[in-house]
Amino acid sequence: MSKWTIELDRGACIGSGMCTSMAPDHFRLDGGTSTPINETVEEDEAVIDAAESCPMEAILVRSTDGTVLAPQP
Amino acid sequence: MEIRPYPFTELDNLELHPGYLELQRDEPVARVRLPYGGDAWLATRYEDVKTVLADPRFSRAAVMEPGADVPRTLPTMPTETNILSMDPPDHTRLRRLVAKAFTARRTEQLRERAQEIVDGLLDEMERQGAPADLVEALAMPLPITIICEMLGVPFEDRDKFRSWSEAAVAITAFTHEEIIAANQSLRVYIAELTERKRAEPADDMLSVLVAAHDNEDRLSTEELVSFGVALLVAGHETTANQIGNFVYQLLRHPDRLGELRADLSLVPAAIEELLRITPLGGSAGFPRIATAEVELSGVTIKPGEAVFVNNVVANRDPSVFDNPNELDFHREHNPHIMFGHGAHHCIGAPLARMELQVAIGTLLKRFPLLRLDGDVAFKKGRLIRGPQALSVRW
Repeated sequence: MSKWTIELDRGACIGSGMCTSMAPDHFRLDGGTSTPINETVEEDEAVIDAAESCPMEAILVRSTDGTVLAPQP
Repeated sequence: MEIRPYPFTELDNLELHPGYLELQRDEPVARVRLPYGGDAWLATRYEDVKTVLADPRFSRAAVMEPGADVPRTLPTMPTETNILSMDPPDHTRLRRLVAKAFTARRTEQLRERAQEIVDGLLDEMERQGAPADLVEALAMPLPITIICEMLGVPFEDRDKFRSWSEAAVAITAFTHEEIIAANQSLRVYIAELTERKRAEPADDMLSVLVAAHDNEDRLSTEELVSFGVALLVAGHETTANQIGNFVYQLLRHPDRLGELRADLSLVPAAIEELLRITPLGGSAGFPRIATAEVELSGVTIKPGEAVFVNNVVANRDPSVFDNPNELDFHREHNPHIMFGHGAHHCIGAPLARMELQVAIGTLLKRFPLLRLDGDVAFKKGRLIRGPQALSVRW
């Protein structure tokens, strides 16, 4: 199973709590904005759900080769 | 521990019952008794409210379990599940279907259209002359037009669904039978509309939902209808009432209004501050059920117990906001939770922000002498507070 990377744009994040509720194993709120618990993770659809549902599109998920998996344009 | 009847009395003119701030100070997790279904907890502090809204140990779906007798404001338990009564991952499955259309980026693309609508509505208001009812002239038609266009609901049907929606968000403003009937009418209406989208798909959200149901089996027929109803009702009742509420708040605070008129670049910050301070919710809101033992401000919530939160009161928590009862357009940091927090954070938040900025900003720019024409009466006994009418001159 390949690994994914999570990038979080803390400047864009509004701390809605969307990702921390949808993917509590992968995100936590820190000082009002979200932060990935680990920047490299095993494949997990919950991470895609979080990135696709973020109102600010502040979460970027990439595959090992750098391809953007979410959010879709 | 004293058990207080809940919700507290709705005061006139968007005032907040002082009992809420007393509870926040003295008894942040209080015992309350609802009109039906017994007792529950009420959390009023900012951090506690965020925990209840986002921590997976609190469930919305548990409210819908067969035989559940949850503390509530209406005599009967809800029978139809909708997105507001689901937990992840079911909630995620539905929300993702439309999340893209509501992002800040997509919403920004609608700003020009919102401006065009507002300009047209204010042209018409000016043509008809003062006094005008701002609720009918601007507050209602702007969000209704936008949500109709996004969902693919015919604007010509607005009188029909507005009257149902009006009753569907009622608690005591209509009889229980009227509320049930209005909800049923909305369901039938949306169900018929989805049939039309099935026959003739269009570039709109209802067509997307129909395709997700038909082709990908991503939602059930009941979920499809409930989701359509929720998007239509939540898509206009909230923003429409807030436009009226915000104009009223500004006209009641001449100093703040003057400040804003002198510098319209403050409009986005002013909207955030009005969102923070305006008590939109007129009732108890939606309870969560604890699925494990959780401690909130020293109080142990046991599994199975219901917890209500009040985000309007949380937005006045002095540990987060300096001078919390003051309207201040210069707050450096305004992390209000008017749109909620966690999985149910309002999907329409970016849209509501944009519509409010355009509506309020344009109104102030265009009518520097805008003022109230007589007293304002507010709707009561509903989930959402707002003026019945807002007669203005300019």
